[in-house]
Amino acid sequence: MPRFLEAIEDVVGATIFYFAVSPLLKIAAALVVVLTTIAYLTLAERKILGFIQARVGPNRVGPWGLFQPIADVAKLLVKEDIVPQRAIKWAFVLGPCLVVGPALVILAVIPFGPPSDVTGGMGWHIADVNVALLFVLAMATIGVYGLILGGWGSNNKFSLLGGLRSAAQMISYEVPQGLSLVVPLLMAGTMSLNGIVQAQHDQHVWYVFNYWGLGLAAFFVYFVAGVAESNRNPFDLPEAESELVAGFHTEYSGMRFALFFLGEYANMIVISAVAVTLFLGGWLPPFANQSWAGFLSLSFLPAGLAGFFWFFLKLIAFLFVYIWFRGTFPRYRFDQLMALGWKWLLPMALATIMLTGLVKVL
Amino acid sequence: MTDPNTPSAGPETLFGLEEMELNFGPQHPATHGVLRLKVRVDGERIVDTYPIVGYLHRGTEKLFELHPFFQNVPHTDRMDYVAAATNNLAYVGAVERLTGIVVPPRARYIRTLLSELQRLSSHLLWLATHAIDIGAMTPFFYTFREREIILDLFEEYCGARLTLNCMRPGGQPYDLTVGWTERCAEFIDDFPSKIDDYEGLLTENRIWKKRTVGVGMLPPEVAMAYGVTGPMLRGSGVQWDLRKAIPYEAYDEVDFDVPVFYNCDTYDRYLVRMEEMRQSTRIVAQCLEKLPEGPIMAKRPRVLKGPKESEVYFGIEGPKGEIGFYIVGDGSPNPYRCRVRPPSFLNLQVLPEMVKGQLVADLVAVIGTTDIVLGEIDR
Repeated sequence: MPRFLEAIEDVVGATIFYFAVSPLLKIAAALVVVLTTIAYLTLAERKILGFIQARVGPNRVGPWGLFQPIADVAKLLVKEDIVPQRAIKWAFVLGPCLVVGPALVILAVIPFGPPSDVTGGMGWHIADVNVALLFVLAMATIGVYGLILGGWGSNNKFSLLGGLRSAAQMISYEVPQGLSLVVPLLMAGTMSLNGIVQAQHDQHVWYVFNYWGLGLAAFFVYFVAGVAESNRNPFDLPEAESELVAGFHTEYSGMRFALFFLGEYANMIVISAVAVTLFLGGWLPPFANQSWAGFLSLSFLPAGLAGFFWFFLKLIAFLFVYIWFRGTFPRYRFDQLMALGWKWLLPMALATIMLTGLVKVL
Repeated sequence: MTDPNTPSAGPETLFGLEEMELNFGPQHPATHGVLRLKVRVDGERIVDTYPIVGYLHRGTEKLFELHPFFQNVPHTDRMDYVAAATNNLAYVGAVERLTGIVVPPRARYIRTLLSELQRLSSHLLWLATHAIDIGAMTPFFYTFREREIILDLFEEYCGARLTLNCMRPGGQPYDLTVGWTERCAEFIDDFPSKIDDYEGLLTENRIWKKRTVGVGMLPPEVAMAYGVTGPMLRGSGVQWDLRKAIPYEAYDEVDFDVPVFYNCDTYDRYLVRMEEMRQSTRIVAQCLEKLPEGPIMAKRPRVLKGPKESEVYFGIEGPKGEIGFYIVGDGSPNPYRCRVRPPSFLNLQVLPEMVKGQLVADLVAVIGTTDIVLGEIDR
C-alpha cells in the first residue's frame, strides 16, 4: 500500500479507513477516470465521425480540439436552465438524475484491474458484490425510467412519444440482454464480476471464444441489446432527432440536458465495461496462456496497471465500434426493434443458454 | 380528409384511448423547410395527415405580372431554390414559345448541360436529407462534397451557386468559360464511382431496406389521379418522362434511359433517383462531347412583348417532376398572367394517402421521398 494511504490509516484508525476513507478514495478515482473518459469520448466521437465523413471535426479549441470537451462543459454549465411552465416539475427534474445516476453506480462493481499493492491487495473495484451481475441488470433497468419520466414530464408531445418508445422497447431488449448474461454466469459458476474474470483466467479462455461459438452468440445478443439500451445508432429511437426532434430531451437545456448526454455516454462505457468483463476477459492480457505472448502481460508496469491498461484498451475498442455504428447505420423503426428483440435475440439467447447448460453438464 | 378546424374528439379506439394530434412543423428538422403537418396519431400510428402550406408564400406569381419578361427569370430561381436551372429553363422555354423565338443549338446544349447538372445537385441534396431523415448521417457529407463541385461549376459559369439566373429568353447570357468543359468532364468521369459509394452505404443495407421497402406505397392509379410526376411517378411503374415524351432542348439528340421501378415504395423511388443520377452523367458527357459551336443568343427584340391574347403552357422534366409555366400575353412587355405548375406541390398532395396507417417514423421517410422544396410549394 502506498505510504500516504498508510499514513491516513494511522491517523483515522483501521475501521474508519476501510469503511469510509478507502471506498471514498476509490469512488473518487473511478469517477474521475470515467468522467474524463466521457468528456474525451465526445471529442473522439466527433473526430472519428469526422474521419468517416471526410471532414475535420473540432479543431478550434486547443491543439486538435483537445480542450473542446472542457469548453462544452463550461458552456453547458453556464447556460440558462429552463423548466417549461407546464412541465410536471418533479418528473422533469428526476428524469436526468435517474439516467445518469444508475449508470455511474454500476461502475461500483466493475473490476478495472487485478489485485495489487496499490489497492492494498484488493482488486481494482469499489465493491466486490457476490451478486454483481444482478446488480448490473437492476441498475441498468432504472435508467430507462429516467427517459420515460423526462419524456412524460416535459409535457411535450414529441417528448412523450420519445418516452413511450423507450418504454415500449425496454422490455424487448432487456429480456434477451438479461438472458445473454446467464451464459457467462453458467460458464464461470459465479455472479461476482471479479470471480468471472478470475474464472476466465483459470480456464485460460475468454468467454466470447468459449464453447464453440456459444459465447460468441451470447456476446452478440448482449452487445446488440446493449446498443439499444444506451440509445445509440441504429437504435436511437427515443431521441431520433429527425423524427421526434430529440425526443425525450427536447425540452431540456443547460446542465439538465448535459446530464442526459452524460448518462448516454456513461451507459455506453458501462455496457462496454460489462461486456469486456464478462466476455473479453476483463483485465486479462490477450494470449495469456501462450508462452510467446508473455510480453503482453506488461510486467514492467507496476502490478495492476497492466491489467488496467488491457481493460481500458478493450473498452476503447468497444467505444470505437459504437461510434462506427453511428457513422454507418440508418435508424431502426421502433416496431422493427421490438421484432428484432422478440423474434431473433430472445430465441437466440434462450437457445444459447440451453446449449451452454448442455455442454456444461456433459 | 378531415377539416383541420374541427376539434379532434377522435373516435374511441381500443381500450378507450384517444387519438393525439401532433403538430409536425413548420419548425421541424425533417419537414425540409416550413412544411406544417397536422398529424392525428393513435400511439405512433398515423390516422390522418393534413398538410398546411403557405409559410413561405411570397406572391411570386403576382410578381411575374409586375415585371417584364426578361426580369422575371430571377423570380424563378427562388421557387425551387435547389434546382434553379430547371426553373429558369421552364420559364424561358415558355416565353420563347409565346414569342416565337428559336434558340441557337449551342445555347440548347448548354441548357441541357446545366439542367442535368442541376438534376444531379438536386438529387444529391435529396439523398443527403432523405438518408439523414432515416438516421444515416454519413451520406449527407459525401453528397455535399460532390454537390460542392457542381455548385463550383455553376459559380464559374454564371457567378451564382444557388439562385443561378443562368438563362434568358432567346438563349444563354454567357458562353462557357475557358476550361469549364474540361473541369466538368473531369467531374463527370469521377462521379459514377461516387454514386457507387453512396449505394454501398445504403442500397443493400438491411436497415435501410427495412425502413424503405413497402413504406409509403403509392399505387400508379393514385399517383396519376393526383398528378404526381417525376421520380415519384416512375417509382410507381409509370413510364413518363417529358425528356423522352415531349423532348425539348437537346434531349432528342442524346442517348439516355428512363429508369422505371415497379414496387411503388420508398425504396424504389430511391432506386429511380440513384439510376437517374447515372443517366444524368451520361447526358452531361454526351452534351460535352457534341457541344456545337456558334452563337448562344438568338436575334430578339430589346423588349419582348407577349402577343395579344396569346397563351402558352410549357413544362419540362425537372428533378422533382414536371415543372411548367402557363403564360398569358396581352401585348405588353409584362406577362398578363403567369401560373406555375409546381411539381413539389402536386407531389405533396399525395402525402396523406401515402402515410395513412403508417408510423411517425415512416412519415419522415415519406416526406423525404417526396423530395419537396417549400419555396416552390408556397411560391
